[in-house]
Amino acid sequence: MSSSTPGGLAPHPGAAPRAQILLAQTGAEVRTSLRNGEQLLLTLVIPVVVLVALSRLPADLVGGSPVIDVVAPGVLGLAVLSTAFTGQAIGTGFERRYGVLRLLGATPLGRSGLLVAKTLGVLVVETAQVLLLVAVALALGWSPAPTWPWAVPVLVLGTATFSALGLLLAGLLRAEATLAVANALYLLLLAAGGLVLPVDRLPDVLAPVIALLPTAALGDALRAVLLDGGPVPAGAVVVLLGWGAAAGAAAVRTFRWD
Amino acid sequence: MSDPHADAAVEIVDLRVSYGTQTAVDGLSLTVRAGTITALLGPNGAGKTTTIEVCEGFRRAGSGRVRVWGLDPQRDGPLLRSRVGVMLQDGGIYSGARAVPMLRHMSRFYAHPLDVADLAGRLGLDTVRATYRRMSGGEKQRLALACAIVGRPDLVFLDEPSAGMDPQTRLAAWALVEQLRTDGATVVLTTHLMDEAERLADDVAIMDRGRLVAHGTVGELCGSGESLVFRAEPGLDLAALRALLPAGSTADEVAPGRYLVAAGTAGLHAVSSWAASVGVEPRDLSTRRRTLEDVFLDLTGRELRT
Repeated sequence: MSSSTPGGLAPHPGAAPRAQILLAQTGAEVRTSLRNGEQLLLTLVIPVVVLVALSRLPADLVGGSPVIDVVAPGVLGLAVLSTAFTGQAIGTGFERRYGVLRLLGATPLGRSGLLVAKTLGVLVVETAQVLLLVAVALALGWSPAPTWPWAVPVLVLGTATFSALGLLLAGLLRAEATLAVANALYLLLLAAGGLVLPVDRLPDVLAPVIALLPTAALGDALRAVLLDGGPVPAGAVVVLLGWGAAAGAAAVRTFRWD
Repeated sequence: MSDPHADAAVEIVDLRVSYGTQTAVDGLSLTVRAGTITALLGPNGAGKTTTIEVCEGFRRAGSGRVRVWGLDPQRDGPLLRSRVGVMLQDGGIYSGARAVPMLRHMSRFYAHPLDVADLAGRLGLDTVRATYRRMSGGEKQRLALACAIVGRPDLVFLDEPSAGMDPQTRLAAWALVEQLRTDGATVVLTTHLMDEAERLADDVAIMDRGRLVAHGTVGELCGSGESLVFRAEPGLDLAALRALLPAGSTADEVAPGRYLVAAGTAGLHAVSSWAASVGVEPRDLSTRRRTLEDVFLDLTGRELRT
């Protein structure tokens, strides 16, 4: 590889190898999300606090025991919601507003490379979240069902669905509106989305509606493989795929890079 | 030359771009010669930024044809992105990024990037510690300029590069842009600063209301003709002076007691004989060239743009 002589600016264009570009941008995505204090609160602090707090609830309130076995699967889903949806929507919204998406799209990274790197960045952060939450849950006495390896594809599917929803939001609304909506939905879905507490613990009138939310589907699927030891429920997979496909198609049509 | 377009970095033929009912670019044709600095000069809203956004591939042409190094910016984006450097009018940098790490990050996208430390030092970015959101306007512009050229592009688009720069910073940026041309790159920049265009540009394309109103070297646009200006008592009868001037010349009292004679090299002799014959003593007699600003204001008018 030739290096430039000091002071010389002679053109020598060329893109770096694709893997190097994607690695560099994935690193930037991870650093950007971990550098942000609010984001760190959202992705690491809140899920851990929720996990610890819920594990102290009485068994009849969460609908089963041991309590930690009931609540840990949903909190893993909360990690996906916080990173793939809320964190990604807010980060991408402001990058759009500040022209970062436009500028990076004009480099050899390109727009498709930027999306790949964002996805990889989300997966890296989620891996760190899951490792931390699993460690805390195990310390609190969690014993997952033997079907636990199925949680991995479920988490990946949930990530795809919530990434599509987050990018739809970020590409459609102004950055400030994205910030407000993404945070509001996070709190709403945390409290009543059927994610950390199963739908049957929620008011009866709302249950049929909530059951169709992607958060409820993710929570149910995770509880099925981590708590009940059963197969991945087909209904939940259909709901997640449906939301993901609809949001993805809408995002492709409406996403604005500037 | 067998192929007149062989040395064209950018070729724009009859470009039209509209935003809804508003026409931003209205039938622009322009060729940027390889290895030159071309300035797109025009008042706000002239269509300068829209034009380079089409060249950068950010925006689709409504109609017309745009080629960059012979390639279509929409279809051939992946080929062009490795050889075209872009500086946006407003940032494009992560708000929490610091100067040198950001530059180092961008350099990883390219096979043969410039030496980051050298580039940062050259633009005084090595001592900037603030995050992007806390940088001064000039620091932000310098970082954006550095990011545009770190990949050693052979074509660079700079959208109002010196906006917000103090005079020292502007000189450093200008020196860098001149060095780019010396070393063989092509530079297209937009500006509404006359001195920037006059100092840097080989070719100046003056745009107004989406159209090209003039295009040429600074010398061609300003003409070789020199004007004579002098002061004398107000209200002199200039008929006798005009009779002494070659055809096509003008002599006017442009302000009370201030006279302007545009008559090429014959002007000085005519003015002295006329002054002696009518007993006028011209004061502050001097010659001046038309500046780019004169040309610009003549072409685009003097009324304020909203």
